[in-house]
Amino acid sequence: MSSTTEYTPKTSTGRIANFVDSRVGGSAMVKEFGRKIFPDHWSFMFGEVALYTFVLLLLSGTFLTFFFDPSMTHVTYNGSYVPLKGIGMSVAMQSTMDISFDVRGGLFMRQVHHWSALLFVASVSVHMLRVFFTGAFRRPRELNWVVGGVLLILALAAGFTGYSLPDDLLSGNGLRIIDGVIKAIPIVGTYISMFFFGGEFPGIHVIPRLYSLHIMIVPAMIILMIVIHLFMVVTHKHTQYPGPGRTNTNVVGFPVGPVYAAKAGGFFFIIFGIVAFISGFFQINAIWNYGPYDPSPVSAGTQPDWYIGFVDGALRLMPGYLGNLPLEWVIPFPWGDNTLVLSVLLPALVPAGILFAVMFAWPWIERWVTKDNREHHVLDRPRNAPFRTGVGMAGVVWYCTMWAAASSDLIATHFLVSLNDVTYWLRTLFIVGPFIAFFVTRRICLSLQRKDREIVLHGREAGIIQMSPEGGFSEKHEEIDVYKRYLLTNFEDRMYIPAQPDAAGHISRKEKRRAKFSKLFFEDRVAPVTPKELEEAHGHHEVEGAQHSDSIEK
Amino acid sequence: MKALSKKRRHPLAAVALLLFGLLVTGSLYAAAGSINEAKAATTTASAADIEEGQKLFVANCATCHGLNAEGSDAGPTLIGVGAASVDFQVGTGRMPMQMQGPQAQIKPVQFDDEQISQLSAYVASLGAGPSIPDEEWLDTSKGDAAHGGTVFRVNCAMCHNAAASGGALTRGKFAPTLHGVSEKHIYEAMVTGPQNMPVFNDSNITPEEKRDVITFLKTIEANGTAGGAALGGLGPVAEGLFVWTAGLGIIIGFAVWLTARPS
Amino acid sequence: MGNHSHGSPEDSGTVAKADDVAQDRFPDPGLPPHRPRIADSDPRQAKRHERQVALLFIISIIGTALFFVAYFVLGHLGDMTFAELRVQNAVLGLGTTFAMLGIGVGIVHWAKTLMPDHELVEERHEIRTEEDRQDAVEIIDTIVEESGIKRRPLIRNTLIAAIAVAPIPAIFMFRDLERSGKTAHEMVEQLRHTMWDTGVRLTRDPSGTPIKAADIQIGSAVHVIPEGLNEAENMLNEKAKAVVLVMRMNPADMQISEGREDWHVDGIVAYSKICTHVGCPIALYEQHTHHLLCPCHQSTFDLAQECKVVFGPAGHALPQLPIMVDDEGYLVARSDFHEPVGPSYWERG
Repeated sequence: MSSTTEYTPKTSTGRIANFVDSRVGGSAMVKEFGRKIFPDHWSFMFGEVALYTFVLLLLSGTFLTFFFDPSMTHVTYNGSYVPLKGIGMSVAMQSTMDISFDVRGGLFMRQVHHWSALLFVASVSVHMLRVFFTGAFRRPRELNWVVGGVLLILALAAGFTGYSLPDDLLSGNGLRIIDGVIKAIPIVGTYISMFFFGGEFPGIHVIPRLYSLHIMIVPAMIILMIVIHLFMVVTHKHTQYPGPGRTNTNVVGFPVGPVYAAKAGGFFFIIFGIVAFISGFFQINAIWNYGPYDPSPVSAGTQPDWYIGFVDGALRLMPGYLGNLPLEWVIPFPWGDNTLVLSVLLPALVPAGILFAVMFAWPWIERWVTKDNREHHVLDRPRNAPFRTGVGMAGVVWYCTMWAAASSDLIATHFLVSLNDVTYWLRTLFIVGPFIAFFVTRRICLSLQRKDREIVLHGREAGIIQMSPEGGFSEKHEEIDVYKRYLLTNFEDRMYIPAQPDAAGHISRKEKRRAKFSKLFFEDRVAPVTPKELEEAHGHHEVEGAQHSDSIEK
Repeated sequence: MKALSKKRRHPLAAVALLLFGLLVTGSLYAAAGSINEAKAATTTASAADIEEGQKLFVANCATCHGLNAEGSDAGPTLIGVGAASVDFQVGTGRMPMQMQGPQAQIKPVQFDDEQISQLSAYVASLGAGPSIPDEEWLDTSKGDAAHGGTVFRVNCAMCHNAAASGGALTRGKFAPTLHGVSEKHIYEAMVTGPQNMPVFNDSNITPEEKRDVITFLKTIEANGTAGGAALGGLGPVAEGLFVWTAGLGIIIGFAVWLTARPS
Repeated sequence: MGNHSHGSPEDSGTVAKADDVAQDRFPDPGLPPHRPRIADSDPRQAKRHERQVALLFIISIIGTALFFVAYFVLGHLGDMTFAELRVQNAVLGLGTTFAMLGIGVGIVHWAKTLMPDHELVEERHEIRTEEDRQDAVEIIDTIVEESGIKRRPLIRNTLIAAIAVAPIPAIFMFRDLERSGKTAHEMVEQLRHTMWDTGVRLTRDPSGTPIKAADIQIGSAVHVIPEGLNEAENMLNEKAKAVVLVMRMNPADMQISEGREDWHVDGIVAYSKICTHVGCPIALYEQHTHHLLCPCHQSTFDLAQECKVVFGPAGHALPQLPIMVDDEGYLVARSDFHEPVGPSYWERG
């Protein structure tokens, strides 16, 4: 270091910058991030919602750990809540009761924690739906999509381990269901259950174990994944919606400093404010209503938190018998009979397995079918990718059917229908729903695309009715401006790619399968309007006058 | 029994008498094993009440339950159901039933208190059954809410929900919410087992325990919620629905405002 | 519209023809012209925005003050009534809401109205350059080459084996999550046994008082635990297996299979309360349909048919507890359950 000519800062900012820079080299970072551009759109905010609710979870969770004791030792409650005075419960439940009734603001913090948890998983889910439907997972962001999927699973794990901690009747029965599902696993299930509970259900070990997972390894992994996720976001730069001036090689938006940072920072406080409002005015998980866990009682409306609901719903939809054939198979082996509990195994593992497998693999599935390996930084409007939107909606409908099934009893009581009928309908929907959703959604997308074509070719409806000299009525159409026209015509025009022979001139079976998918996805498509078409349409106007109605119906 | 004697010359009197005799014998036999408070409810009701009750019965109930409460395809026999059952069913508006369905629905009460007690007296006069509970067992100041809560969770919460907000049963039947139900009706429901509810006789849940249960229910009702609106007291489903609609709705509203260009 | 929907793009005017691949596109007109905000040209408007932002920050300070009011004035330690708690919770929430929304909305309002709102364009640079990639590949090749791992398969293979084996102890470390010292067989066998045994009295849950057969009338349902459960070691574990529901129905309405003729007492029957699906307590008894419904997953069992599954996901009937009456007229178990209670598992058979 030849520091003969020492830099002397003149302003206070300069002095701070010099201090930091000469120690950690902060200037490079400021140079990199200070004016980095982020595009602005409301649908890009869900990731931030997820991040901020997670911060709230860390804050409120830390507060709760100071008062919560996960022990399952049996004690007699003697706190403020009269209807449970003198009742035996675990220390975990007692300390949760104390947080609620005997720590000032404890109830508020519990509610902040629980509402944030529900919002956290919800915003992660909506964020992933946004990424999926706009095609933001495409190259180069496939790995970030996978990291996002891992974050979703970790969010479920965090929520689930937390749900069980208060050791009240609701969470205890939830654990018992988990025990039943674990026991259904062939060969090792019984032992896994024994190890998990430290012996038979419920034992006295499970809640401290879940607590360790809930406050240490799971949040640590979430933080790690968030760091990787954000690192990749910065590396890739954000995607942007299509539009004039937005290309695959630029980013249009606001600089981090000051506008974007102010908005993003302000948004944290807004999320905090919303969660505080909800927590102040809406009660969540009133454990004192449920009472302490006891294996004998159960409450009507015993459900998991919403994000586990789809698995619970699948369990409800599964019939135990098909006609007279039980779905619990007793298999005679030489050493004795063993039981394969399909009625639990199938619903617990298969739907969730399919959902997550397809979700993780989708970027590669799409790349394989479309043979599109280019980098994409401009998003698709969902209508311009009818195949993907259709598949996504099929998944959403499938998920929502299972999700709804988890509240079949409440649907029955609130809409005055038979519980059994609700189950029958949802079973039907479980099978046919995704197919209907795929085809209907794709039709809707194609129709919207045609509508866009109409608007480009014939202008938008002005809402002005004109009368011609002959007495006919027609609506005036106004031509759209070049910016809008660019938005409506500039989209990825994906086409059916028939099976291609390989170098040896042979068409492999895999390629044929790909071609089948390609045909299913892209056989029907609507192409963007070309300048030539527009010119022809205009010529057509001059000849045909004001009678566009025919051409619309064409 | 005066009321009955008036009709003894009815063509069907002999048949009715025979039926009545059989049913009384049967129900007495069934009730004999029970150590319910099956006191003869006639002790408090005057003969005039019974007579008035019979008139009301013939005019309002006989279509389904039969002229002499012997029952028909449309409704069960009421012999031996006791005054408590009538007081509950009519007093909560479930009877007379508006239409046949999976179960009788609550609707505005059709009779005044006096008429209800007359009807109860009449039905009680037909055969021994649970009577209307004494005030003593409805006095929540004497009950133990904590013990009542334990009894409630073991015996009632699986159908009525731990927060007493109700729940579903099979094929369109349901267990109603217990909020806003009077002490007397809760007690009567326990002893008589209306609709598909099981009977909780006094050997299963003692009158003191029933009072504890009522005390518990009235305590949580009076308490209300600690943390704000209860969202129906329905548990995680309502909470999830709330987050997805109101919670995300507000957030999207703010996000749209945040990214919109000001004028 | 029909012809658009089903293939044959040649027929349709709005659907592109297959040979139309290299179509021309409209040129990118570039970003739309910037529309200035009122505040950009009107200093009075800007001043107004400035005051609004400041007001929002002041609201935040008031919100924080409100929090302290809720904490100290509306709340106190110990024995708060529900009404007090509700008010305190609401005001804590309201205070925090104002404190946070004041800051958040203020900052965003400031950013939206007073900070420059010109959209900027930044060029994306390639994530990697071809040169870098080649260098990287070269470096890795050199590393692999210098380590000699390719040339010495013995080292490579033994290393892979060692790494593969090394984590196995970590898995076995978890063996002592279950520390009863039972063998695998004993662990599984304990699921077959409950506290019930010949002569064990049926007692009410939770009081533990014995039950006379005569106490149970038709249409009633009694929640039952074995005598002595409340004093048992591992009470919850025993209870989780032993809880029973006792009901009475007319013996003439019951279908009784062979070998179970003497399992009931004049129509009084006892069934395990643990659902055979995944183990929820199943206690919703409908006295007229004599159906038992599980509130968790809606498995429905018919008492008249020995609790056979009539609806829902459960895979086998509820186990029946054989009962009889002892000398004093109390209900007692004739034996333990004849099959494991609760959800099925691999070794159940």
